[in-house]
Order: sequence, then structure tokens, then C-alpha cells
Amino acid sequence: MDKSALSRPVSDEVRRTTCYMCACRCGIDVHIKDGKIRYIEGNRNHPVNRGVLCAKGSAGIMQHYAPARLRAPLLRTGPRGSGQFREISWDEALAIATDWLGAVRQSDPKKLAFFTGRDQSQSLTGFWAQQFGTPNYAAHGGFCSVNMAAAGIMTIGGAFWEFGAPDWDRTKLFVMFGVAEDHDSNPIKIGISKLKKRGARFVSVNPVRTGYSAVADNWIGIRPGTDGLLILAVIHELLKARRIDVDYLVRYSNAPWLVVDAPGTAEHGLFARDESGAPLVWETVTERVVAAGTKGCRPALSGRYEVGEGRFAVPSFQLLAEKYLDPRYAPEAVSAETGVDAATIRGLAAEIGRVAFDEAISIDQPWTDIHGERHQHFVGRPVSFHAMRGLSAHSNGFQTTRALHILQVLIGAVDCPGGFRFEPPYPKPLDAHPTPHGKAEHFGSNKPLSGPHLGFPRGPEDLLIDAEGRPNRIDKAFSWDAPISAHGLMHMVIANAHAGDPYPVDVLFLYMANMAWNSSMNTAGVIRMLEDKDPATGEYRIPKIIYSDAYASETVAYADLVLPDTTYLERHDCISLLDRPISEPDAVQDAIRWPVVEPDRDVRGFQTVLLDLGARLRLPGFADSRGQPLYRDYADYIVRHERRPGIGPLAGFRGADGTRVGRGAANPDQLKRYIENGSFFSTHIPMEAQFFKHANQAYQEFAVSMGFFDTPKPVTFQLYQETLQKFRLSAEGLRQPSPPPTHRERIRDAFSPLPEWYRPFEEAAVDREAYPLHAITQRPAAMYHSWGSMNAWLRQIHTRNPLYVPGKICDRLGLADGDWVWVISHHGRIKVEIARSEAVNGDTIWTWNAIGKRGGAWGLHPDSPEAKKGFLLNHLIHELLPPKGDGLRWSNSDPVTGQAAWYDLRVRIEKAEPDEASQPRFAPVARMAEGPEELRYGQEWKESP
Amino acid sequence: MHPALSVIVFTTVSGLGYGLAAVLGLGLLDAAAWPTRIAHVLALAMISTGLLSSTLHLGNPQRAWRAFSQWRSSWLSREGVLAVATFVPLTVGAWLSVIEGRYLPVWGFLGTAGSIATVFSTAMIYTSLKSVQAWHTPLTVAGYLSFAAAGGLTLATVAAYAAGSGVAPALALAAVVALAAAWAFKGAWWRRQRRMAPLSTPESATGLGAIGRVRLHERPHAMENYLTREMGFRVARKHADKLERLALACGGVVPVLLLAVATVAGGGTALALALVAVLFHAIGILAERWLFFATARHAVMNYYGG
Amino acid sequence: MTALPSLPTPKKLGLVIDLDVCVGCHACAVSCKEWNTGGYGNALSDQDPYGPDVSGAWLNRIHTFEVIPDGGQIVGEAGDARIVHFPKSCLHCEAAPCVTVCPTGASYKRGEDGIVLVDEDKCIGCGLCAWACPYGAREMDVAAGVMKKCTLCIDRIYNETIDEVDRVPSCVRTCPSNARHFGDLGNPASAVSVMVAERGGIDLMPEQGTRPVNKYLPPRPRKPLADSAPAAAAHDTTGATGFFAWLDGVLERI
Repeated sequence: MDKSALSRPVSDEVRRTTCYMCACRCGIDVHIKDGKIRYIEGNRNHPVNRGVLCAKGSAGIMQHYAPARLRAPLLRTGPRGSGQFREISWDEALAIATDWLGAVRQSDPKKLAFFTGRDQSQSLTGFWAQQFGTPNYAAHGGFCSVNMAAAGIMTIGGAFWEFGAPDWDRTKLFVMFGVAEDHDSNPIKIGISKLKKRGARFVSVNPVRTGYSAVADNWIGIRPGTDGLLILAVIHELLKARRIDVDYLVRYSNAPWLVVDAPGTAEHGLFARDESGAPLVWETVTERVVAAGTKGCRPALSGRYEVGEGRFAVPSFQLLAEKYLDPRYAPEAVSAETGVDAATIRGLAAEIGRVAFDEAISIDQPWTDIHGERHQHFVGRPVSFHAMRGLSAHSNGFQTTRALHILQVLIGAVDCPGGFRFEPPYPKPLDAHPTPHGKAEHFGSNKPLSGPHLGFPRGPEDLLIDAEGRPNRIDKAFSWDAPISAHGLMHMVIANAHAGDPYPVDVLFLYMANMAWNSSMNTAGVIRMLEDKDPATGEYRIPKIIYSDAYASETVAYADLVLPDTTYLERHDCISLLDRPISEPDAVQDAIRWPVVEPDRDVRGFQTVLLDLGARLRLPGFADSRGQPLYRDYADYIVRHERRPGIGPLAGFRGADGTRVGRGAANPDQLKRYIENGSFFSTHIPMEAQFFKHANQAYQEFAVSMGFFDTPKPVTFQLYQETLQKFRLSAEGLRQPSPPPTHRERIRDAFSPLPEWYRPFEEAAVDREAYPLHAITQRPAAMYHSWGSMNAWLRQIHTRNPLYVPGKICDRLGLADGDWVWVISHHGRIKVEIARSEAVNGDTIWTWNAIGKRGGAWGLHPDSPEAKKGFLLNHLIHELLPPKGDGLRWSNSDPVTGQAAWYDLRVRIEKAEPDEASQPRFAPVARMAEGPEELRYGQEWKESP
Repeated sequence: MHPALSVIVFTTVSGLGYGLAAVLGLGLLDAAAWPTRIAHVLALAMISTGLLSSTLHLGNPQRAWRAFSQWRSSWLSREGVLAVATFVPLTVGAWLSVIEGRYLPVWGFLGTAGSIATVFSTAMIYTSLKSVQAWHTPLTVAGYLSFAAAGGLTLATVAAYAAGSGVAPALALAAVVALAAAWAFKGAWWRRQRRMAPLSTPESATGLGAIGRVRLHERPHAMENYLTREMGFRVARKHADKLERLALACGGVVPVLLLAVATVAGGGTALALALVAVLFHAIGILAERWLFFATARHAVMNYYGG
Repeated sequence: MTALPSLPTPKKLGLVIDLDVCVGCHACAVSCKEWNTGGYGNALSDQDPYGPDVSGAWLNRIHTFEVIPDGGQIVGEAGDARIVHFPKSCLHCEAAPCVTVCPTGASYKRGEDGIVLVDEDKCIGCGLCAWACPYGAREMDVAAGVMKKCTLCIDRIYNETIDEVDRVPSCVRTCPSNARHFGDLGNPASAVSVMVAERGGIDLMPEQGTRPVNKYLPPRPRKPLADSAPAAAAHDTTGATGFFAWLDGVLERI
């Protein structure tokens, strides 16, 4: 073969930007040839993916050119759900939106509910909503993973994924809970590969053995919703075996803090504090109480001490040890509930203890802690953990996740070499987070909300409720229903708005959230709510819906006004430290996207549209005093917006000459510098600041210099969580405000200051015999939620989804591959095709997430397998729990955070007659675009013979 | 394997055509007789139809000429070369008979030899594929050759009876013998197929047999692809058994009986019986060929749970 | 010329696939598709891409198998079914049956490096090579009517216009879990050969006599967690009291 034929240049030009095929945010090299995308590969220099790229990323070409792309603004002409629209101009679209939104802002700003889905610009969308003045804003965290975030931040000041990562290069034992293929997927894959190469042990706890679990050295096929019990049993074993890092606990946790022991009083269970509010510890040498952190202090971890005025208190660690040494947490005691045999649990605990202490590592790097004490080494306990939705998407997920973080602290494995490590700007103590805003005094006609919507209540006094205890927010976030719903409850918005409970809304404004399909529990019910009209007025109960998305998802059909977004290759974006960071444990990082190809349709990036709307509405921060827009577009905003003086969306290349990092004046050439640098910025944390960041003086100074904080913000790990106890005292009527009687028992039980395992609510509410099985979904590696079916390549991998049924159940019911079953929950039934599987917990059936589509949506033919054979479990899941006879319907969510309890679903299956299509089926929506009958992408580049 | 109509028709029709041509090449029939002349034309027509049919499944038939180049290694190429080469003596033989009403043994024998060689090559295309274990046996060659002979002799019997030739009963008996032999080979082929231990298994295909029993959990893609369409055809054993009996009855038992009666009956009745025997035989062979493909399992299906 | 090279090729370029770390993410398959649809030969077409009967030509596909251990031998987890993800593409066999059956000479094995290729301008699309391959490595492109197969990204590995570090097949370049390795398996000192020797790399379907160049590294043996469980007797039975006594002792020493 001619040598020159093999040396053709790949492309005319390489443009480096950031992927958006999932939320990893990998760096990509986009090869452009003849103005078209020739090839997308991972950017070798990018710190997130280091050159690799997953299936989704490589399929970006087909995402970008998908026929399902929206082409112009749309105004609904047919009834909701029909998909009938007429194309309108941007001027008309923006005028309509301004008109609708302006009226709401004037009359009653809370009548706007603005919720965003897979939004990577929450720093802007949240700011916009705040300036608009509605209390009703959140992103999708409430149905995604708020349990992870809230439990992590309230325990160690950080959490998994975006806030930290295992020390892949040093860890010797890695334990992963409830992660199939998920966020951070390329870094996890890179990391697992490193572990395997070094011979480190990888344990996966997951009811289903696909994805990462498939390559785990040990798979613990746990029964869904019982992970908390397993973790507490491991803690029990570690305590019994004395495998805990006492020195670490004394230095970095609240283990020695004294907890007031005064049952029946408003102080019971709170930390004993001095006049300045500092928590107290018992000094064992001088035998007196002193403020925690007093230099040279040797605090007690057990005992009962008088703390003045006749009050007694005990070190919180004593409460912890007494609780978890109880035989009810012994492996034998939890084995039946978890489905994990006692020997495996004991083995897991023994391995964790052995590796943490017998295989401890040390890095010779002197460092100074925040008390000024000099250390010669970083001591590492090379056991690391990672967890995601398998823990968090349960109604006991908050406490389960807290248990996991407590386990990490007990063995001294948080932010040490070989352990879980924080990624800047984390760790961040709870008090560095805002409290939520949305109380009546926080908003009003034509004025901004007085602070950020989302945050962490420090106690019941921070709830967003009225004098009668009724929720202020449409999603009932930060109410007694879900007091610490730090990410809001997007999954409750449509149901609540439809019911007018707590009040109706006028405009529902959604971005990139497929609420009329896979992002809602009880999909059919949500569709009915969106279609429902008030018979008195003939108006839709949710009168106006504005929706922005790049693709013709199921939800587009329910919008009244559609604002078409660009694809990820046509837009500016910033992956900001103010938002969801992409830092590594060793480096501070952020990134941008920029238009590597120009749109060929009448579409605009949503963020630019939002800035435009902000200016038209004359929102402060978006328009000047004369009503002129402050920003030309999102790119301009990224460069010039300052959240605090010198702190903008991007940390790199600041200052007039682009040499400032973190803090610095806006640099007009900032985006150019990012693009030259591969569209990302990375700066290394000094070596002496890289570990024990929560208590490392050098790191704290570095964080201040970067502008994460204005003063050092060290973190003391909260094994015992006082905020939770405050809610408990309220539930007992000992603190004000106090929950209504209906909520008291629930809050008392769920807000244990030391994690308690309880049965997930749905399982506890239904007849376990009648619904003996768990039904869960797993993320396929080649799809990101519903994104992927409009992609001609990815949809070939998962064109339909079978229900995987454990072999023993198949044998019992006489089921074979290709048979059909009814899956029945307390809420509904679906009819689907099954496949046998052995590699799954014996009480669990499962399927791939979000493969089922509504006919006509996503530019697919109405008879596509996605619509005919694909299915969602969502139809079986209600946003409310079954009635329990108290006259109330409780949200199917974690009682602490409001996290949607997707994985609590209980079902039974019955053999069914063979069928052509799964049930329920929905009338197809109008197919907005029909693609070609054949694709020969790249044929024009075939070399001539 | 997918029983593609074009390939089934090709092997059936060209098999009959070459069988007839081979018998004609022996010069047993009166070259000047009208039925013989028609038989020559028919043989060429069947061979041509078969060959044309075989090009229908090509992705780029306009390049089919390239298939003559690799006769040193490829049985498909050899088949092409031989088929074309055999056209020469067959056409000359047909010319001599149809136009000149005579027979020249040189061309006749060359035609017979070419026909046998072509059918042999066709059979070797399948036989040589180790990936399709059912085909990978000399019985495949024996079957193709004997079926071609049986079909050819049955057709020649028709021509002989039509011509009122004295060799007709002998040809009929020869056809009966060939039919018996062909079905004996086929029976052995089927028995082998049913009894053979699979050469390759999911365990050997994945190399995971050392860990345990291997079972497909998920195909690479949810829908069919070229490989599963081409090689993933499955037919229930029950249906296959039924079809085997039908093939044997139509393709073997009925023609044998009809030919046997024909030898006794003679005359117009014999001609009619022989004609019906041909029809039954052709139907039987179509069924046999369908089964030949449909029941053959390709090694790749170890990766596709088939 | 569809005869196989008469002598062993001086190089045997191929892939080594590590089944111990493949998580089945399909990254390699999609990257292969995007590279090759605009690269060597005709595009890899897709039929009915947005309709009910979607399918396309792919040169690399990821199968998923369930393996049910039937004894407690090396894997140490008898009874627990495991999942093994299994990427599969052309193995560039030394005795490639797909090459010798080709009637036109379109299919050939390169003498210099052993890569099995299709000259698409000679291919008539008869499909016999796909039948001859026991591995399913060849797929017909329906639109062009020619046979497609893995080229080992011949237009990458010899491409002087791209960085040397990137002169590897697209699948290898992109694999997030580093489960794919490219090199000369004819050279016993090469990294891939060493890996195969150390990990006991295997041939797929050796009984087919194809002598594949690509090798698969089997999953590593695994040790059950229960083996690490301490004997029950070693456990302390003094409960919280004993624990706090121990704790006081530790605190003394800090």
C-alpha cells in the first residue's frame, strides 16, 4: 500500500473544548475537516480524562448532528402533549417570555418555578433566579444525589464525586458502594485500572454485578437499601477489633466534644459550649472542661463530666462507641437483612482494619496543622471509598451515607495518602455554606431574593416555612417534609404546582430536565398533571410552561414556549469553581466550552438567552440602571462577571495580563487563554498542602489565596451531628419551631445525630410478602440518562432494555429469556420482556435506566424499539408513599434531604402472555424531525484509489 | 446460517443443470432427438440461471469478474473459473446436438468432467469452512455430487422416455441408485450433524471455560446486525425434523417410487411419471438445501448466545 | 493475492485485551466507529438510524458474558456468577481463513506486519470471508456492498502526520480502563508479548486452527473476603467497658 495513503492528515484543525456527553467534563480534541467534525478524541493533557474518552464522548459527532435537535423557537399550537408547534422568531419568543415572567415578578415572584436539570451552569441559573426574586429555584440534585452531598458536607465538609476522589495512586483497598457506571466515569475507570495494575483490592457493594462491579475482586451483592446496616456492622467490627485511629479522631473530629446529657431539656444532645459558642472537651490532665482545639489539650473520649451549672455531658465518641458496639450491629445480626453472610462482613471489616493500620503508608513531607503543630510526614491509611446513587437514592440514604463517612473518619482515612481525598474548593465546613433563603421576608414584588436559595439550615429556625409551619417553597424544600433539602425537590414541583399545594404557580420554567418522562416518578401521573385543565377556567392548571433544551425530548411536547438550546459543541460554558468543580485532589481546575462549530439552526445557548431575559426584565446584575444589558452574551459574562471582588466564574488567567490565579481583575483575553491551554486551567496545590486539607495550615492559606474563602475555614469532622439533634429536639417539642404533630415521629426517627439504619419507607409501608422484590435501574456506560437515544451510534447499543430477573426466580416462575411478565408495585404495573441473570442479588430485578422512550420523541420513529420494547420503571414509582392511614400522603423521599427514593421500589412479578410491545404505551408525540434512512458519515472522505 | 433464497436456488438449479449436463456428456442419448436437444438447452439454462442467481447477493456484482483471479487458493474462485470453463464444452456439446444433431465424445466427456468439477468446487466452498462444523465434512461433497447425479439422471430419464429411447429404463434405474446413494449420504450427514460434539463452545470462544460455564448476558447491540442476520438463523429442531422428513419424501422416496413404476409402465405413462419425479425431486432438494443452511450453526454464534 | 504469506511475518501487529479490567463501557467500539467511518475505505454506514430496524457496520463490539463458576478452584468464589465484558474485533490470524477463501484477492494479509486487510475496490461483497471467520470479525457494509473489518487503524499507526504517541489504534488510544494494548506479538521482548507471557494470555477458539495474533488476558484469580474473616474466638467480648478501657490506654500513649 502506498505509504502516503496512510499518512493523510486527520483533519484541517483541532479545536479543544470540554465534553458534555455526561457530567464528567473531560477534555476533548475535536478534529474539524471541511467544516465538519471528523473525529473527537480525549485530550491527552486534560487532567480529568488524560486522553481517554468513553463511548458517549466518542459518539459526540452523532449527538451534534442528531435530527432531534430543535431548530428554532416554538410556540405551542395544539394541545399540550401533541407536539404541535409553530416556529417563531427569537424576538417573539423573548418578548413572550419577558411578558410572562415580568408579570409574575411584579405581582408575586413565587409564582415562577424555575428548575434546571442537567445544568452545568447552576452558578448562573441560581444567580438569575435570585435576582428575579422567586424563592422557587433548584437544579436536579434533589432527585439525583443530594443525600451524597448533604451527608458528606454535614459530616466531613465534602463528599464523593465532585468534592473528592480516592487516592488512586496509593490506595490499597478500594470499596465502592452503589456505583454502576456513573458520574466521574472516566476518572473511575482510569483509577480502577491503576488499582488492578498495582494489585490493590477492589470491593464493590452493589446488588447488580455489571460495569465496575464486574471487574471487582470481590462483589457483595447486597439487598438494596441495606447498605447502612452493612456499614454499621463494619464499624461494629472495627470497634471490637480496636481498629480505629484514635489520634486522628482526637485531632480532626468532634469525637471528644462533650454532648449534654439532660434528657427532657432543650439542650439534651447538643454540644456543651462556652460563652463564645465554642464546643467543650474534657481535659484529662487538668481535669476540667476547655474549648475544643485548646493547644496541648488531652481530651477524654469517654466518661461523664460536669460542665457547670450541674449539667453533665459525655464525649460524643462515647455515644458512638456504645451505640455501635451493641450486638444488634454484629455481622450475624445484620446478615439476614442485608443478604450478606456474616463471614464476608467480618472479612471486609478485617481487611479494612488490616490495610488501614498494618499497611499504613507515609509520605516524607513536613507540614503544619492549623494548630501550628509541625508534622514530619503525611501518614496514610490506604483504604478508600466511593459511593453514589446506590446509597443515596433511598429514603434512608442520608443516614447511610453519613455512616460511610463516619467509617472513613474512624479509620483515619479522610484526606490522607491512600484514602479519600478532597478536591478544591472542598473541604468546606458547614458554616461556610449559606442558610437557605425563601422565607416571607426574603422576597417580594420586583426585588431580588435576599440571599441564595439553597444552603444548609443549622436548625429548625432556618426552615422556609410560615408561622403555621407550612412550606414557603413550591417543592416544599426546607420545610418539615424535607428540612435539609439542600438541592431542592425538583421531583415534587409539578405535582405540587398541579395540586396548588402549597400554592399554584403561574409559570413553570424548566431547563434540560425531562420531567414529562424519565426524570419524574409516576410519569403517567405527571403527564396527566401537565395536561390537566381547571374546568372552571378552561386554563391549564399549570398555566405557562417555558422549556429550554437542545433536543426534542418528551418534555418539549408539554411546553407552551420552547427556547432551543445549542449542542455542546456550539456553545460557551464554564465549568466553574463556583458551581460543580472538576478539580483533582492535587490541583485546582476549571474549564470552558466554546463554539468549535457554528450553529446551522436558529438556536441560542440557554445561558445567553437567560442573560438576555435578565436584561429585558431589568434584573439587577443583568441590566444597568438605564436598562441596558450588562453582558453581551454568556462568553462576556464568563469573563466579566464578578461574584465577589476579583472572584469570577473562572479562576485561571485572571488579571489584566492573565497571570493571576483565583483572585484577580477580569481579563478580556481570558477565554482566548483558556482555548490556547486546551480549554481548561489547572494549578497545582503545593505538596505540603495536599493532604489533611481540613486541618492543614498551608492548604488553608492556599484556599484563601485562591479566593475559596476570605479567611481559613478548617473542618472538624462531625461524627455526631448536632444540627440533626436540634431537629430531633423540635420533634420532641423541646425546641421551637416545632413540627406539626403529623411530622414529629418521622423527624424524631430520621434525625438521629448518630446514623441509624431504618427500613426504606416504601418497603416498610407495603406488604413485604405481596411485593417481595426490589426493582432498580443501573446506568449503562454508553448512555447518559435519556441522552443517547437520538444518537445513531449509541442507540444501537441500547435500543431496548430487558428486565433482568435472577435465575432462581426465573426457575420458580417458569421464565426464560424473551418471556413477558407483569411487574406490579403498589402504584402501578408494567408489562415487559425479561432476560435471565445470575449476577444479581436474589431479591432484585433490574433494568437499564432511561432506555424506554415515548414514540415520536427524540426524533425517532414512533415504532422504534425504544418506544415499543423499551420501558421505564418510573411508572411503578409514585412520588408519594402509599397511604398509611394518617390522612396524609408522604413524599417518596428521604425525610432529611428530600432526595427522591428511586431505589426503594418494591414489586412482584407475574408471568404474562407474550406481547409485541411493553405496557403502558402512550400515544406518540409528533415527530419533529425525520432523519435520513441511511447514514454514511464520512463517506466523502474516502480516499480515492 | 441464513438460508438465503438466492443461494438455495443457485445450488439447487445449478446442481440439477450440471447433473443433466454431465449425463448428456456421456452420449447415452440420441443427440439428434428433440428431447435431447431440449435437455441440452435446459441444462445450460439451469446452469446460467443458477450462476446469475448466485451473483444476486453480491454487494458489487459489477466486479464479479475479479472472482476468477484467486483459483489457486479460493474454492469460490475455482468454482467461478470451472463454471466458465465448463461452459465451453457444454456449449459446444449443445451446439453439436441442437444445431448439428450429433455427439462428439471429446466435448461430451470434457463437459461431464467440467460439470463434476464445478459441483465439486461448489461443495468444497462449504466443506472447507471449519467455522461451520456441520459443513466441514467430506459428506458435504458426497452429498452435492450425488444429488447432482441423481437430479441429472432423473432429468435425463425424462428426456430418454420422451425420445422413446431404449436406455430410458436403465437411466431410470441409475437415477434410483443415485437417489438412494444421495439420500444415504444425506442421512449420514444429518446423523453426523446431530451427534457431533460442538468443535467450539462459548467456553472456548471466550477462553473463560477455566472459570466456569459461560452464558451470553448481553449482546453488543440490542438489535440484529450483519453477523446475526447472516449467521444467526435458528430453526427449531422440531421443525427441522419435520422438514427433513418432507425433503426425504419429496426428494427421495417419491421419485424412487415413481421411477420404479415408470420402468415397468413405459411409454407415455413413464414419461409423465418421470416428469413428476423431477418436480418432486426439485422440491425435495430445495427443502434439503434450506435445511443445509438453516440448521448449520456458525461458530460466531458462540458469541451471540445462538 | 489471497494466499497467506508463505513465511511468518517479521512483525505480528495485534492487540492484547485485558479481561480483568474491561468494564464493558463500549468506548473502544464507538471510537473505532468514529475513526473508521471517515478513515480507511468506505464509511461505516448505518441503516434506518432513527427507525425501528436500526443497525450498522461496526468493527469492534463488546459482548457481555455471565460466567457461573462450577467449582471453587482458582476463582475462589464458587457459586457467585460473574460478569465478563468481552471486546471483540479482528484477531489478525496467522492462518486467516477469511483470506484464503476470498475469490477476488480483496482480502489479504500483509507480509510486513501481518495485518489482515480488505482492498475495498476489489471486494465484490460475496460475504464468504465473513462466513469463514469463526469470530465474527467481518461485517458487510450494506451501503457500499463491501466487507469491512478492523484495520488495526493502519491509517493511524503508520500516519506520520500524527504524534508518535498517538500512532496506536483508536480503540487503544481511547480505552479508559487501559484494557487494550497494541504492539508486536512477534517480538517476544515487546511489552505486549511480556504481558501475554506473564498473565497467561490465551487464544480464542484455538481449535479452529486460525492461530490468532490478538491475545486475551483472562481475569485474575480472586480471593474471597470471607477468607480474611478472623476466627470468632479472637473477638473481644468485654463490650463497651472493655473498649473504653482500651481507649484510655491508647489516649495515654498519644
